[in-house]
Amino acid sequence: MLGRLTWDALPHGMIASGGAVSMVLGVLVVMLVLTYFKKWKWLWQEWLTSLDPKKIGVMYAIVAGLMLLRGAVDAGMMRTQQALSTGNSHGILSSDHFQQVFSAHGTIMIFFVAMGLVFAVMNLIIPLQIGARDVAFPFLNSVSFWLFVAGMMLMNISLIIGEFSPAGWLAYPPLSEVAYSPGVGVDYWIWALQIAGIGSLLSGVNFLVTIIKMRAPGMTLMKMPIFVWSCLGSLTLILFAFPILTATLALLALDRLLGMHFFTSELGGNPMMYINLIWAWGHPEVYILVLPAFGIFSEIVPTFSGKKLFGYTSMVWAIAAITFLSFTVWLHHFFTMGAGANVNAFFGIMTMIIAVPTGVKVFNWLFTMYRGRIRFTTPMLWFMGFVTTFTIGGVTGVLMAVPAIDFQVHNSLFLVAHFHNMIIGGVVFGMFAGLTYWWPKFTGFTLNETLGKWAFACWLIGFLLAFMPLYALGLMGATRRLDHYDASLGWQPLFIVAAIGVAIIGLGVALQLTQFGYSIWKRKENRVTGDPWNGRTLEWSTTSPPPFYNFATTPHVAERDAFWAVKQAGKTTLAPAENIYLPKNTGAGIIIAAFAFIGGFAIIWHIWWLLVLGLIGILVSLIVRLSQDEVEYVVTASEVAKLETQRRKQPA
Amino acid sequence: MGRKYKLFILALLVIGAGLLTLIVMHRNNFAVLNPEGTIAAQQRNLLVFAAGLSLVVVIPVFILVFHIAWKYRANNTKATYMPDWSGSRKLEFVWWGIPLVLITILAVITWQSSHALDPYKPLASTKKPITIQVVALDWKWLFLYPEQRIATVNYIAFPEKTPVNLKITSDAPMNSLWIPKLGGQVYAMAGMQTQLHLMADKEGVYNGSSANISGEGFAGMTFKARSSSASNFTEWVHDVQQSSKTLTDAEYTRLAKPSKNNPESFYASYESGLYDTIMMKYMMHGGAHNGHMSHELAEGTSHETMRH
Repeated sequence: MLGRLTWDALPHGMIASGGAVSMVLGVLVVMLVLTYFKKWKWLWQEWLTSLDPKKIGVMYAIVAGLMLLRGAVDAGMMRTQQALSTGNSHGILSSDHFQQVFSAHGTIMIFFVAMGLVFAVMNLIIPLQIGARDVAFPFLNSVSFWLFVAGMMLMNISLIIGEFSPAGWLAYPPLSEVAYSPGVGVDYWIWALQIAGIGSLLSGVNFLVTIIKMRAPGMTLMKMPIFVWSCLGSLTLILFAFPILTATLALLALDRLLGMHFFTSELGGNPMMYINLIWAWGHPEVYILVLPAFGIFSEIVPTFSGKKLFGYTSMVWAIAAITFLSFTVWLHHFFTMGAGANVNAFFGIMTMIIAVPTGVKVFNWLFTMYRGRIRFTTPMLWFMGFVTTFTIGGVTGVLMAVPAIDFQVHNSLFLVAHFHNMIIGGVVFGMFAGLTYWWPKFTGFTLNETLGKWAFACWLIGFLLAFMPLYALGLMGATRRLDHYDASLGWQPLFIVAAIGVAIIGLGVALQLTQFGYSIWKRKENRVTGDPWNGRTLEWSTTSPPPFYNFATTPHVAERDAFWAVKQAGKTTLAPAENIYLPKNTGAGIIIAAFAFIGGFAIIWHIWWLLVLGLIGILVSLIVRLSQDEVEYVVTASEVAKLETQRRKQPA
Repeated sequence: MGRKYKLFILALLVIGAGLLTLIVMHRNNFAVLNPEGTIAAQQRNLLVFAAGLSLVVVIPVFILVFHIAWKYRANNTKATYMPDWSGSRKLEFVWWGIPLVLITILAVITWQSSHALDPYKPLASTKKPITIQVVALDWKWLFLYPEQRIATVNYIAFPEKTPVNLKITSDAPMNSLWIPKLGGQVYAMAGMQTQLHLMADKEGVYNGSSANISGEGFAGMTFKARSSSASNFTEWVHDVQQSSKTLTDAEYTRLAKPSKNNPESFYASYESGLYDTIMMKYMMHGGAHNGHMSHELAEGTSHETMRH
């Protein structure tokens, strides 16, 4: 009846139970608060069923933020373990638990934090920057978001019921095959990613079409803001890379469920095939994350330098080059698998070539600042942190691109330091810069600058302390993922420094949370109307927060930096409003995702009747939704005009 | 510049100095930077050279970043302000061009070093190489000496200044064999054979480990690699040949079962054909072309990964 599910699935041991209990308590508290303040209906009508990309974007950001907290706790546990577990001491975690923690850390940070933040900014900014009122497929957008949430919930429920994968964040076979990992852990990993990954793929299609088809009149491709160009690169990669992930996970699932042999060691299976496939997705994934971050900086640097972006055309070509090249380098993740010198050298050289367009972008940002008037607000500090740390990461990346060097640092903490250098210094700093920059756009007030700067200082110092020692440890021969090491190796002092670094990053996160709370509390002091930073692109031309229809009249674009041009010309007169058609709210997205969650849970635990129920549920809710005729409503021109005069009189 | 910024920069400097001190204090622990094998030494030189070459770009970038940020800060109204200056063919040509030149140099070096330091390439030496077959198990390393007919667990010995030809496979999930002082790693995979060629410059005992996660006991998959004089090595082989244990089929079956933190152990002999049996067992069950595969193996053209 319940497949593999028994009482045994509940957590054992202090730390595991602690994690489970605190998660259950957290959910209970939120539910109680909602019930006490009678907010369930509001939550359902205003948020959960909304098809407004601005609201979906905010929800993405909240989910990603919560997952960042969990991922950070995992990081803290890992570094605590490694700081203690040497010689006779075995630290706080068992080997198996430690391995689950680092697998969860990587999976969460990439799929549910970084991807979540990327989709958050895409939802929030792309429609506004291209002068659109919505995305191409609003309902699909809701389905994508809720599938992302379903994946996230599967991932987290493994804390309470069963276990998570101990096979690393990419679950290489044959370790991840039934022969070596018979438990539900790897299945949780597969199905959480499969469901969230399909959401990402659908989002990719959605925003790609949005950018291509829904730009405001006059906005030719070469007049698009660079952020939109970066997203276009990222979305193209999603379109080509995510189907590979879906197929690879499906094949691994077939191995595990039906005893097939795609990736097993025996019976003609080949684990090397999996490793190629997963990186054929995995390397583009890095650029899926970092391109939007580049795009954010390309908006921030001109705004706070009071100057046009330097070398727009170069930037576009650099993005195009990175997009193309990112598909030609995947083999550098396994030079050590025994490929010949020609093959290794080819992929090494392709990898180095990516440094050229990336370097071009850095120089263009620097020369945007050159002869500007730079205001060092928090977003600009994140940029400074990014450009310095990212350059260091770039150098270590080029080093590892030389196969003969890679043999000596691969799978070591040098590698771990390198990719955190890129992902924290690049993606995370970029997203935080964007968050601070666009926060007033969606709330009507700016974030507290003092707390923001302290948070930045903690992040940067914490980052340096946490990861520079790892470069050194890697060169000492320390491999990644060790839950224990010999005392004679002399690694412990550096591991302790790294743990202190993580604690300081934790302080940075705490300061950010304080910053949000304090800024919301004191919001009256930081009120803004439309354009707090003297912005250049269309999103700043409407009020902050924007009305649900974004623009009362469709903007017409004549130049790059469309809003800057309008401001320079001094014409901010309001054209008469027009009839606006918008999608109605629908619960179908969340319902479909709920069935996907049920189906995922069922397949993990081999509860076949429940799987059938989940699949039928998805199918029926889709049919019901697709049979509905009236999915849009109209806001008439006179209503818009009324709303506009009201809104412009009293800022949010 | 505000007091807080000065404090922040001071903090960064202190951290930098602290880390540097820590690193200098532990300089002898940097296995990769203090090689004792011919391959590791070349890999270290390459690392240092490539890092130096990268600095040609990085140092100017860092100087530019801080110089521009300081000079064009908003309250420095004396600095030139050109809000509409947004491109320069010449400048952009420079920063597409210079990195391209550097990368071209590095590409040539990459091509040459990939061939020169190909782990599959036998090392040139006047001495006769020694062959060691390696099997990664859950969670220990088994070493077989086909010429000396002895076997060891989590310990290898070989003569100094003599090429060591490692033939590597696995009877467990994927692992990676790494002896940082002697040279870079190669994966160990079931049903396949990879190769690694190393040579120690002098006598010494070096740390080896598995660099790729292979399950619960993976952190304990460490071993010692000892390089000694030729006579000491012969003596050691002789000692092992005298030891009481032999690696029978039954003993191998016991050894292959998952176990953590295994001690070093030594076998006077092992079943002949053990290594081939281990590789073959992943191809023997079912499938029409098995006969062909075993035939190939019998012919001595063993099944090497990605090298057909």
